[in-house]
Amino acid sequence: MVALETRNLSRQFGAVQACRDINVRLLHGEIVGMVGANGAGKTTLLNLITGYLKPTAGQIFYMQDDITGLPPREVSRKGLARSFQIPQLFSSLTVLENMLIAVAGTRREHRDFWRLLADRRRLDEAREILDLFGLLPMEHQAVDQLPQGARKLLDIAVAFAQHPKVLLLDEPTSGVSTSDKFPVMDTIIAALRQQGVTTLFVEHDMEVIARYAQRVLVLHEGRIIFNDLPQRVFDDETVRRLVVGQRARGRTGLESGPGGSPKAAVPDA
Amino acid sequence: MAELIAIIAVDGLVYASWLFLVALGLTLIYGVLRILNMAHGSFYALGAYTAASLITMHFARGYPEAQSYLWLLVAAVLVGLLVGVPMERFIVRWGYGRNDVLQLLMTFAVFLILEDLIKLIWGVQAYYAFQPFALLGNIQVGTVFYPMYYLLLLGAAVGAGVLVWYLVNRTSFGKLVIAVIQDQSMALAMGIDVTRIRLVTFVLGTALAALGGALTAPLISVQPGLGVEVIVLAFAVVVTGGLGSLEGAAVGAALVGLARAAAVHLLPEAELFVIYMIMAMVLFVRPRGLFGRTEVRRI
Amino acid sequence: MSTGLLPRTGAFPAFGTVALGILAVLGLLLTDWAAFVFTVALAKSLIVLGIILLMRAGLVSFGQGLYVAASAYAAAFASRLWGITDAFVLLVLGVAVSVVLAVLVGPIVSRYREIFFAMLTMAVSMVLYGFLLKAYSITGGTDGIGMREPTLLGMVVSGIAARRAYYYLSLLVAAVAVYGAHRLDHSPLGYMVRSIRDNDIRLEYLGVSVRQVIFSTYVLAAALAGCGGVLTAFALGHITPDLANWTASGEYVFIALFAGSGNVFAPVVGSIVYQFLQTYAAKYWPYTWHIAMGAAMLLIILFMPEGLWGIYERITAWRAGKEATVVARGAATDGRVGDA
Repeated sequence: MVALETRNLSRQFGAVQACRDINVRLLHGEIVGMVGANGAGKTTLLNLITGYLKPTAGQIFYMQDDITGLPPREVSRKGLARSFQIPQLFSSLTVLENMLIAVAGTRREHRDFWRLLADRRRLDEAREILDLFGLLPMEHQAVDQLPQGARKLLDIAVAFAQHPKVLLLDEPTSGVSTSDKFPVMDTIIAALRQQGVTTLFVEHDMEVIARYAQRVLVLHEGRIIFNDLPQRVFDDETVRRLVVGQRARGRTGLESGPGGSPKAAVPDA
Repeated sequence: MAELIAIIAVDGLVYASWLFLVALGLTLIYGVLRILNMAHGSFYALGAYTAASLITMHFARGYPEAQSYLWLLVAAVLVGLLVGVPMERFIVRWGYGRNDVLQLLMTFAVFLILEDLIKLIWGVQAYYAFQPFALLGNIQVGTVFYPMYYLLLLGAAVGAGVLVWYLVNRTSFGKLVIAVIQDQSMALAMGIDVTRIRLVTFVLGTALAALGGALTAPLISVQPGLGVEVIVLAFAVVVTGGLGSLEGAAVGAALVGLARAAAVHLLPEAELFVIYMIMAMVLFVRPRGLFGRTEVRRI
Repeated sequence: MSTGLLPRTGAFPAFGTVALGILAVLGLLLTDWAAFVFTVALAKSLIVLGIILLMRAGLVSFGQGLYVAASAYAAAFASRLWGITDAFVLLVLGVAVSVVLAVLVGPIVSRYREIFFAMLTMAVSMVLYGFLLKAYSITGGTDGIGMREPTLLGMVVSGIAARRAYYYLSLLVAAVAVYGAHRLDHSPLGYMVRSIRDNDIRLEYLGVSVRQVIFSTYVLAAALAGCGGVLTAFALGHITPDLANWTASGEYVFIALFAGSGNVFAPVVGSIVYQFLQTYAAKYWPYTWHIAMGAAMLLIILFMPEGLWGIYERITAWRAGKEATVVARGAATDGRVGDA
């Protein structure tokens, strides 16, 4: 069963072709990674799928429903959520308040002007999710005072709170410290697997990709140039030249950090 | 019927000229500085009062009649320099970097201050400076007599438009202005003196508003409250045409001028309503105005 | 800024109850003239409250005068043409008129933000102003029209008793409005209104229509302005088109900034202080009051965006020894107005 599909999805900005003929297919429950150098079009693709940008050509199907052209609001309501490369949060509010709003919004309780936002029901659910992501100790901190890593986590937690059937994560571990990387991703992926959430996550960190992705899409200059198992992707000559760097060697031999060695990466068009 | 249409057309054109002069400065300031100057009407009023005073003084001293027109220009320049420079240098610059609404409110604060300042300087009585208007006499068009002064108004509008267009599109200064309009931080990074450009633009916009007021002074009784309605009309024109667009100001002025002329002759109570209906209709089809540009936030 | 501390129960703060109590007692002790000033202030505080609700979303309405005038004129016409004199009926009528107008105007203005929103609301109010001014035969033009004296629950109130009656009526309505605003503040809608200013895109991604939230808030603000308009008509006895002029709307915006938006009581306190200041100033310094207003506004925007209420909060926090936190929070808000 196909959970998310794009057909010939393209987006042009003036003379720049940010996405060309993107064909993606995510089956139910799949956890797919996406890599590509900066400027390859990864975030643009996420923006297109979630409706923040309108495609110049092509279509998007969610659970076999044509959602092309729908705004983010409608796409989210159907069950397609995302997290952001730069965390998009309500910066003047606290961690708990952010989560409560996410919970209330997901439950379509935005018209409620009388009851407490922080009522028992919503509090319980909000705290549960915060706890899952290890954010409960900071629940009363204002978001603009949080360290970057915590903000990233909260951003993902908020997306998770929407009980999505398909979740798009934009660089989930960027900003998270190396020692926290795996524990955090372990938690997230475990929770997603348990709920059967189809996941597409963009990453620069090849270790994360290698560990969690069942399949990897490689984006280069707006096109998908590779779509295969992680090991095969890392071994491919073209991919190594253009994206991951020559020293990438698979799970045990990985030495490079995000994006691979700058010398190996192709300058962006 | 044909005559009515002709009258509406001419009236519309005259009003459009006036609107264009007033709106030009507003849209210019918005385009470069990204602020909507709520004190725009006050500059207009200051131009009118200054011109009235200068003209009255001119004729009281018995100077040659023909030279009285120069005072209109002088009034505009004076206001631009004496009021525009301090306002940009202090108020607007203090507000630089804060969000748009705060800057709007700051210009509103200046409006409040200037309204009382005008009363303190000129008092509450009405001033008259009809001479430049009366001197030019009338011209007969069909069965209607039109004041020649309206031609001056039209000429000034066209002149101002051409001048600003030339300045922006054909001078090197203008190229810098365009750079600042399109990407201020990039312009700054390339060594363009953005501060100076902002100042010059603001003074120019102020002077244009004051010119509008100065040119209007001979037509009306200059009294307190003159500038209050101006911002509302100027805004309608500028929004219809697209914020920051010169062509937009011209087209917007033409549309609004004609609509208003039609209303005045056919249904006077709906004068303002008609003007805003036009704006609403344009916004409905093109939310950023006829020639405006949108900016989408990057995520 | 008092965010970050979710109230445990959402109970109406003690301060508020005490303040309302004081005002209730005051009504018996004030002179006629003072009661009048208070009444006008209380009526204004409702309008200001509406503006503050919108400010929470980062929107400034320069056109609340539309609803003030519409409801005031509606009440005046109802009392003169149709003999409706019951104060409560007139209040409901005024609010109804405002809400109907807001439902018509709202969908258009709620598509816009920041400058556009401010100027569009201003524009719409000026349309009404133009009409009220020019339709002399109906509205009396600049002369305005007078209100027939309203009756309270069947009793005709006039003379000295009328002053007190209007005072208590305004106080009652203000108390209800403030309580409602308090509940709104802590409700999902209230939070979403505030989150619009922080990140409206995020809110959309949560499936919430920002435009709808703005529209709901706008209608609420209009209803409040409608209440204020009718109460103002009662207090003044005579209304003119100036109520719809954008400069009148600007006054409410000023009071909102002056009062600060940190608390639902701020508009009440701020309006009362403002009204007394303005009454004195109009008498002794007629040509400099606006200069003072403008200067005050610049100072507030640049140095004290939390207004009068912010000062109160700083004093109490300082007393409690937490000054450092408040100042740090103030810096973090980057001087935004309309903070809760």
